[in-house]
Amino acid sequence: MKLLPTVAALSLLAATGAAHAADPNLARNLAATCANCHGTNGNAVKGGGIDALAGVPKDKILQKLADFKSGDKPASIMHQISKGYTDEQLDLIAGYFAAQK
Amino acid sequence: MMLMKRRDFLKVGAAAGAMASLYGCAGSGKASGHVVVVGGGYGGATTAKYLRMWSEGGVQVTLIERNPTFISCPISNLVIGGTKTMEDITVSYDGLKNKWGVRVIQDDVVAVDAAKRTISLKAGGTMTYDRLVLSPGIDFMWDQIPALNNPEAQAKILHAWKAGPQTVALRKQLEDMKNGGTYAISIPKAPYRCPPGPYERACLVADYFKKNKPKSKVVILDANEDVMSKKGLFTKAWSDLYKDILEYRPNSEVKDVDVKTTTAVLEFDKFKADVLNVIPPHRAGNIAANSGLKLINNRWVDINWLSMEVNGTPGVHVIGDAIFPAPTMPKSGHMANQHGKLAAAAILNMLSGMEPSPTPVVMNTCYSFVDAKQAIHVASVHQYDAATKTVQPVKGAGGVSVARSELEGKVALGWAKNIWADSLA
Repeated sequence: MKLLPTVAALSLLAATGAAHAADPNLARNLAATCANCHGTNGNAVKGGGIDALAGVPKDKILQKLADFKSGDKPASIMHQISKGYTDEQLDLIAGYFAAQK
Repeated sequence: MMLMKRRDFLKVGAAAGAMASLYGCAGSGKASGHVVVVGGGYGGATTAKYLRMWSEGGVQVTLIERNPTFISCPISNLVIGGTKTMEDITVSYDGLKNKWGVRVIQDDVVAVDAAKRTISLKAGGTMTYDRLVLSPGIDFMWDQIPALNNPEAQAKILHAWKAGPQTVALRKQLEDMKNGGTYAISIPKAPYRCPPGPYERACLVADYFKKNKPKSKVVILDANEDVMSKKGLFTKAWSDLYKDILEYRPNSEVKDVDVKTTTAVLEFDKFKADVLNVIPPHRAGNIAANSGLKLINNRWVDINWLSMEVNGTPGVHVIGDAIFPAPTMPKSGHMANQHGKLAAAAILNMLSGMEPSPTPVVMNTCYSFVDAKQAIHVASVHQYDAATKTVQPVKGAGGVSVARSELEGKVALGWAKNIWADSLA
């Protein structure tokens, strides 16, 4: 019976988390919105002239996105697209691509 | 929650435990079942691939498509303009079959029985599904242009608004037209497939005339009161590049045609062209429009934005151009691909006993060529809004090109290569 409070507390956390919740595949789903141009899982078509993102370090992707958002990095389109995502979403996206091969 | 008694804790604990294991299932690709996808365009092909990829082969996917190959509408205006070929815009279904294990069947679906969860094939027989995805694109409302409501007339006055034989035929009509002739393109009232597409086509035909048949003219007969997409960029291209070639006429809805004389019949006027290209008003593709699904304005399917599932018809999802669009959302191939991913993610959750993600996001990028090399774009990002239960464009994000450029023309072709691979390879 001593275990019960711990189990209950953990269960409560899990239940609360599930109610509001972020989908466990949120990073994957968000990154997929980039794949039309940057390739499935960030593997852009070679010679297509668009950056591949698979395996690029997370910090590097985040810095680029921050520079697009702020206007520090000139862009034809990414300054407009990056502003459509929250910083939390961009963090998930960058983390997902960094982990791809 | 603070008032919860011990026995309730235990119940919640059991539920949470079950949920955790289901989450684990989804993450490790253990969702199972059979999903039938109807239509192998941008939306359906993407759905089929992503269902197989994300379930790591756990979900069986059958794709039913009437054509032997995928032919892209985006870039097809360059075929009409004469600088690309049909081969350039054609992609095989082999990637879906061989790399992803999608069962691809060349056939037509003639009926859906949502209660029994079966579809009927034109070639005969039925097929059962756990989840059905309809991605049928659009079909035309021929009754809105009465004289065009027969196959002979449709073979003479083309739409070329579904890439394929009509694309080739329109190119041929332009090649056969005399120098000094007139090409007219009519645009239906919005919403229609690919808002900037007709203006792009007018530009590319004008570019072809300028270089090859300089006495010829292009006339845009727009049923809308103004240019529907990238207005500033298109009007600048028209005045800079096609000043004496291209004429834009707003509020010019084509009500009928005289097939014999290739004349468009407007409300108070007529317009005779040498090549008449009529894009009739359209609605959700036949299988979506005729299967008893809930339609809005009797034209577009009413879907739930968390899952793309049809409101009132459990188990059936509709994506792409066939749906009633969210605010400011264009009917585009890029957007259909995004719908496909949203639907695939939601379906895999549902096949694992989970709710779809409560925060879906979709985005659009659309390039248009204004001559053989220079392009312009429009982009937007749409995030789910719980209050309005739809995806809303993010304010301050998205936008159009500063100016047309060859750089954007190159990116446009790169976009095409990438989205074809993302959808089909």
